[in-house]
Amino acid sequence: MTTPLLLETSAVAKAFGAVVALRAVDLRVRPGEVHALLGANGAGKSTLVKILTGVLRADAGAIAIHGRPVALRRPADAQGHGLAPVFQDPAMAPDLSVAENLRLTRVDVPAVRRHLSDMDLGQLDLGEQVRDVPLPFLRMLDLARALAFDPQLLVLDEITAALPPDLSERVFAVMRRWKERDRAVLFISHRLAEVRAHCDMCTVLRDGRDVASFVPAEGGEGQIVAAMLGEAATVVREEARTRSATAVDVGDTALLEARNIGAGRHLEDVSLAVRAGEVLGLAALEGQGQDVLFDVLSGNRKADRGELVVDGVTVKAHHPFDVIRRGVVLVPSDRLQALLPQRSIRENIAAPLFNRVTRWGPINGREEGRRIDEAVQRLSIDTRAASQVRRLSGGNQQKVTIARWLARGLKVMLLFDPTRGIDVGTKHQVYDLVRALADEGAAIVMFTSELREIGLVCDRSAVLHNGRIVAELPADAGESALLRAAHGLETVPA
Amino acid sequence: MSDVTPIAAATTEESTQVVAEIVRETVRPGWRTRLAEQPALVLAGVLVVLYAVTVWKDDSLLTVNGVRSILLLACPLAVFAASQTLCMLTGGVDLSVAMTANFAAYVAANQSGRGPWIALAMALGVGVGVGAVNGLAVGVFKVNPLIMTIGMASVLLGVVTVGLRGWLAGSTDVLDVVRTVGSGTLIGPLPTNLLVWTGISLVLVLGLRSSGLGRVIYAVGDNQIACRLAGVRVWQVLLAVYVLSGLLAAIGGLLFSGTTGSVGVDQTNSYLLPSVAATVIGGTSILGGTGGYTGTILGALILTVLNRLLLRLEVSEAFRQILYGLIVLALAWSYVRLTGQKVREGGG
Repeated sequence: MTTPLLLETSAVAKAFGAVVALRAVDLRVRPGEVHALLGANGAGKSTLVKILTGVLRADAGAIAIHGRPVALRRPADAQGHGLAPVFQDPAMAPDLSVAENLRLTRVDVPAVRRHLSDMDLGQLDLGEQVRDVPLPFLRMLDLARALAFDPQLLVLDEITAALPPDLSERVFAVMRRWKERDRAVLFISHRLAEVRAHCDMCTVLRDGRDVASFVPAEGGEGQIVAAMLGEAATVVREEARTRSATAVDVGDTALLEARNIGAGRHLEDVSLAVRAGEVLGLAALEGQGQDVLFDVLSGNRKADRGELVVDGVTVKAHHPFDVIRRGVVLVPSDRLQALLPQRSIRENIAAPLFNRVTRWGPINGREEGRRIDEAVQRLSIDTRAASQVRRLSGGNQQKVTIARWLARGLKVMLLFDPTRGIDVGTKHQVYDLVRALADEGAAIVMFTSELREIGLVCDRSAVLHNGRIVAELPADAGESALLRAAHGLETVPA
Repeated sequence: MSDVTPIAAATTEESTQVVAEIVRETVRPGWRTRLAEQPALVLAGVLVVLYAVTVWKDDSLLTVNGVRSILLLACPLAVFAASQTLCMLTGGVDLSVAMTANFAAYVAANQSGRGPWIALAMALGVGVGVGAVNGLAVGVFKVNPLIMTIGMASVLLGVVTVGLRGWLAGSTDVLDVVRTVGSGTLIGPLPTNLLVWTGISLVLVLGLRSSGLGRVIYAVGDNQIACRLAGVRVWQVLLAVYVLSGLLAAIGGLLFSGTTGSVGVDQTNSYLLPSVAATVIGGTSILGGTGGYTGTILGALILTVLNRLLLRLEVSEAFRQILYGLIVLALAWSYVRLTGQKVREGGG
């Protein structure tokens, strides 16, 4: 007697014009299994998930659920067959309340409440407007909404990216519960430690094919990374970067200095300084004022109190331009905020070059091309889908947002969770680039929700809690010290 | 996986073939894909067919004079549509172009006594002034462009009406230079106003493609937040766009008054909605970010020929209007059908 598989795909394929997203993918998920779907950016994970949830239609291949072949033509088909997705970006109308949004999806609202209280989130006010609910809670709501359909297969697309550790734990609890009920979870994450700890099986995609399928706890992160990246990069350096402290003579004057900055309810009083050649890491739990701080540093929001000093000059910033012209540039975490989705890679990278009226005249095509090619090469951006950046994979989009500042030139780079939702290979490229920029004399401020990155990339770190810097720690302070500080607990000086 | 029997039946070979076929279609595309990527070709095709059909009803279009009349009438429309193209690329629209044109042409004719250059400068000044107010309202005070420019059109009508009893009172005399440019003939079938149109076309097509302002116009239409984060001051771009739009409207108004040889407070109003239609048919997105002036030129020619065809049909004016509306809708719809497919699929 053989157990029928809960989900089986056979040679599923999908192409967008000349870009082949999936060549032929076989995926087999058994009942009672948490199955990880892994792969580098552009490997085809998102496309496969969209096909499984009826958002896209496969060009070829077959899908069977509980042994019966099914046709998933639209999201309702997938839902009818018991597949429920939780996507990277919860699709909710920001001007409606949470409850109104739920009603739009014809979900059983009491069931959503029940699942919320099961996850210890019973205190969430469903009457609140979606725009006022912090993103992590929206994701949890979206999860509860998916659970309310009582699905056979729960599809979690990067749900833990940007979730604080305590909320991630609750997601894992849900996954265990689903497994115990002999159902299944398809789990997509770039955090390999989570995969190793919580998944029974994993399938690795590379270049639109399934290249490996094994038990992650046995194979370990090494095997996963090797399968994701292929032969070319079997060895990924996980150890901390050797920091070349001598590359640049770290001057005494700070390139960027914030003095007692406060703004709104969430940012009380922050002072920090970064010198040339230095990478300052910023750690914080969700909602401690880090987004307001970055808005102020990047000139996107006026500070209520305090002073911003760039390279010794006090700056009154009314617009991002006021800090950009002094070389302070921002890479936001939300790539959709930074990009012109319908325009080409070239136009996206060149955009900051035309931010003053005196540059509105004819473009020197050769000069522009040189700058752009340099940046594209330095970041090894895949230019196959160059005509519209919305067709690029997430990692490539992030590279484009960084490339535009390399093309323009910079003194201080502000990075807000720059590796959120991008694959291991691209993450390491970002780390290398950040170190290289610092070595060339730039000052870097990097907020990260992955504490491990502070040890990997930064020279020292500052911890934000309740809108204040509560601790400054050396880079090698370790994750537990950072976590203690981030929770507002006393840290033992190293 | 030995304990399970595969049920879903599809082979890797089959899938690989299907995908290879799709890729081949993109790399060496069939006629349909190729057409979708060359909207200007499609529009040119539509124009040729439409022209042929019109010739069948009205063979004067085969004469030098017939061609000339089409170009002559298409010119003001194309200039107004140039205003719309600029505004629509930023996600806006300018519904005050017709009133701006009327006002500017009236001022030029009324003030012709001060000498042609001063009168012309005053007319263009009207365009720039109206555009600046529109631009400041839309860019700085974030008024919805539709509302702002409708309001502006209404205000202008009032200003002209009041002005007729005061500072605009007195005789009107269309300037000789305007008359010559608006109704003269360059050579053969080419009217003189084609000179102005060609100049505007060159500036717009080249400028949108390879000037800094062109880049930021597309950028503002695509994503204003991204523009802000890149240091682009969106209000400056919008101000520039609406000033240019007002300037073009004034030029269009002068050209029209040169063609008719007279001025009136509402004489170009019938061009307003066709100027929007020509832009949409030409493939510029109402939401901004994509499109260009090349398509708009063809859109303006198509609408002008269509007008001629409908005039030759022996049907009532009401029926003519219905046909015109239906054909414009059909053109816009087929355009989206043909080029919009990738937009709907997206992703990767």
